[in-house]
Amino acid sequence: MAPAQKFDVVVVGTGPGGYVAAIRAAQLGLTVAAVEDDRPGGVCLNWGCIPTKALLRNAEVVGLVARAEEFGITVGQWKADYAHAVQRSRKVADRMAKGVEFLFRKNKITLLPGRGTLKSRNVVEVAGKDGAQTLEAGRGVILGTGSEPKSLPGVTIDEKVVISSNGAVRNEVRPATLVVIGAGAVGMEFADVYAAYGTQVTVLEALPRVLPIEDEEASTQIARLFGRRGITIRTGVRVKSVTPGGGGVAVEVEADGKTETLRAEQVLMAVGRAARVKDVGLEAVGVAMEKGFVTVGPTCETSVKGIYAIGDMAGRQLLAHKAMAEGVVAAEAIAGHGPRPVDYGNVPSCTYCRPQVASIGVSEAAAKGNGREVSVGRFPFTANGKAVALGETEGFLKVVADKRTGEILGVHIVGPEATELIHEFAVGRTLEATLEELMHTIHAHPTLSEAALEATLAALGQAIHI
Amino acid sequence: MITKVVMPKLSDAMETGKVIKWLKKEGDAIKGGDVIAEIETDKANVEIEAFGSGVLRKVIVDEGGQVPVGDLIAVIADPAENIEPVLAGAPKATPSAAAPAVTGAPPDPAKPAAVPAASAPGPVPATETYKSAPETGKVVPLTPESGAPRPQPAAAAAAAPAGPRLVAAPRAEAATGGRVKASPLARKIAAQRGVDIGGLQGSGPGGRIVRRDVEAALAAGPAPAAVAAPAAAPAPTRAPFVIPARTDAEYEDLALTPMRATIAKRMPQSKAPVPHFYVTSEVAMDRAWELRAELNALEGSPKVSVNDLVIRACALALLRHPGVNASFQGNTIRVYHRAHIGIAVALDGGLITPVLRDCDVKPLVQIAAESRDLAERARAGKLRASEISGATFSISNLGMLDVEEFSAIINPPEGAILAVGSVAEKAVVVDGALAVGRRMRMTISCDHRAMDGAMGARFLQDVKRLLEEPLRLLV
Repeated sequence: MAPAQKFDVVVVGTGPGGYVAAIRAAQLGLTVAAVEDDRPGGVCLNWGCIPTKALLRNAEVVGLVARAEEFGITVGQWKADYAHAVQRSRKVADRMAKGVEFLFRKNKITLLPGRGTLKSRNVVEVAGKDGAQTLEAGRGVILGTGSEPKSLPGVTIDEKVVISSNGAVRNEVRPATLVVIGAGAVGMEFADVYAAYGTQVTVLEALPRVLPIEDEEASTQIARLFGRRGITIRTGVRVKSVTPGGGGVAVEVEADGKTETLRAEQVLMAVGRAARVKDVGLEAVGVAMEKGFVTVGPTCETSVKGIYAIGDMAGRQLLAHKAMAEGVVAAEAIAGHGPRPVDYGNVPSCTYCRPQVASIGVSEAAAKGNGREVSVGRFPFTANGKAVALGETEGFLKVVADKRTGEILGVHIVGPEATELIHEFAVGRTLEATLEELMHTIHAHPTLSEAALEATLAALGQAIHI
Repeated sequence: MITKVVMPKLSDAMETGKVIKWLKKEGDAIKGGDVIAEIETDKANVEIEAFGSGVLRKVIVDEGGQVPVGDLIAVIADPAENIEPVLAGAPKATPSAAAPAVTGAPPDPAKPAAVPAASAPGPVPATETYKSAPETGKVVPLTPESGAPRPQPAAAAAAAPAGPRLVAAPRAEAATGGRVKASPLARKIAAQRGVDIGGLQGSGPGGRIVRRDVEAALAAGPAPAAVAAPAAAPAPTRAPFVIPARTDAEYEDLALTPMRATIAKRMPQSKAPVPHFYVTSEVAMDRAWELRAELNALEGSPKVSVNDLVIRACALALLRHPGVNASFQGNTIRVYHRAHIGIAVALDGGLITPVLRDCDVKPLVQIAAESRDLAERARAGKLRASEISGATFSISNLGMLDVEEFSAIINPPEGAILAVGSVAEKAVVVDGALAVGRRMRMTISCDHRAMDGAMGARFLQDVKRLLEEPLRLLV
């Protein structure tokens, strides 16, 4: 075997956490090797966030064409080609992945294809197509191997009739009927896409409401709007078995003590994701784990000095933007840059179904549960001029604040561009702005953002437009 | 730029003012909007704000000093600027002007109330002067004199915005050494919990003080500036009644407080020369009562009082009856196009009438929030100068004291005042049958020189209708 190649930092996995960590480390003057066994960009760029956003955009366009009459446009005969939508999403993903390769070249990061395994505290072995090579990390190793879809006990994901998001994002043929198990962000987004193209979709959720991590009002609103579009939503339902056969799949469910069997062409498993921690060499060097995720400190360092873990494998929110933030922290910690730890209480949560759902901070119920006396302001998009002009009036913006100090405890948005609107509050919370500062911020008219101002005013008991 | 700070004229009756306290020292950096001093006027203690930025170069009237309205009391300027011409040209601007504090003494009636012209002598570059309360109906106290030459654009950018404000801007810390970098939330918690934010070490970006720093200070021990809780009064015990030896004087003569003196001086000026007439009406308050209960059950809304409903009703009615929203001016009658409503607030030593501006355009919840705030600050002696003058109409509500009805004395130059009694359950006749209803009596006192009985009655009818169909108050 060739002698070990030496780098300051070795990054294993180039998803949104890993590639950001690699670039930040390179920016700080360190030499960086990045190891990737798939394509740069990880699940997010290739199989997750980005291609699904392309599919959702297709669904949105289909939805607009379907209601073209409302805008006085006669479309006549039209057809929505699902295979084309998937092909377009692949092109979008390819383009973004190439962007990461470009950034690696620009920052002089050595990209090594192959599977990286820890051999010791500072040695990573890469098993590639052309044999193995050994990397030695002089300053630190950053692990960002990500996560993969989970299944229910006893249910095998074959990616044919029982598919995960991995299959859904690749399949150019859509089923006529689909059961989605799990009403989190992934389940709701795919339900939206398939339903827009005409699939009969049933969403099953074990918890009492869809998008269970969101504020209850958001869940209620989305369930109602999905229902209105013909998507069947069933909450509080336990899936007992999933049995392929007869050119489809049978899903045995139990609800209210009664058992019944649902049949569909396909089942989409969207019950969550598990950290990819097998064959990374964690046990060999003694990296501590907890509940299937790697345990990390405030700088993302694991129990082993010099080894950092970021992104999905390190637990907490399994979100690309949280991984990116951790990538920066880990790289800066290795470079001795004294990073500011990630504020896990201030990570936006976004679901890109129609209408979009976004939130930051805590729900109203959680705020009250924490013993806070809260004031709540709501503003419906039906009262927002821009939303009415767009013809996108479904949803609301809700601000939960501390009654005494005006601290913004949580914000919950259902509605057009909710995932963009949330950042006003993310900035506000980072700067520790209170309702008053937001109130004194002039919001352009007409914009969707005015809903943010109005909900803020409502929380202060001063709403103008409602 | 040099900014002359003069004793502001805060009410029509104000002739002199006393500097109670300087909140800034000579040499302190001043930003536009900073509260620089507390002034005792004939009616209240008010805080005055700086309208120019720079350094407090010279304090001319020391704490305790009393000077006529319009006299120079301090100078704000850039550190390098020559302020000698201003000091030399200042009329009577000497520390000796600080009259000995005979606080109860009524202002010298011989002294003209006219404001000395703010004409700065020749060599002063660009000068701004506090302007006293203008003679027009639009009251904009403490704004820079518009007639004065405007400063250079660069300096103008540094100058504070002029004009009245609906909500007071967050006040800069009184901490020495200029700006304290702190998050708004940190400031608010510190203010509420009595932590001196200037003494904290910030852990945020660039040493910014953030919430956790304030919380750490609170956790670290007793806040240095914590307000001492008043000692709990011992529980009263029933003792045998014995008349104590009564050696104390039979009576004492209390010096008039400035407020009492003003009331004593002004009320005859109103009651005697202003021919009052009175119109009384009874309002069915059942629906307003229910509406208020419903509004107050809404989460997150400020509590609405009966008086807030009356304020809103009067504001709407005043716009429809401009003849009542009017002031007798000798040769003319000034009719106001805004409803700035004075709300009488009882204090320990008298009363004060803070002004809730632009009630005609404010929604009910805004009126509720502001009236509560004004009343609280009136009782705490924390009203701003701009908040105690300029009413076009007043309301005096003794409803909370179980008063059936009363009549109030007009507060000149206003033309009318509404006296409001309690909302009480009464036997009433509805459709020929006896029933229990909530009724409230209100009496308007009008200046007969400006308006007539029928005008007052029609206005009152409208107020009554608005209160009896209270949903109108929400639109």
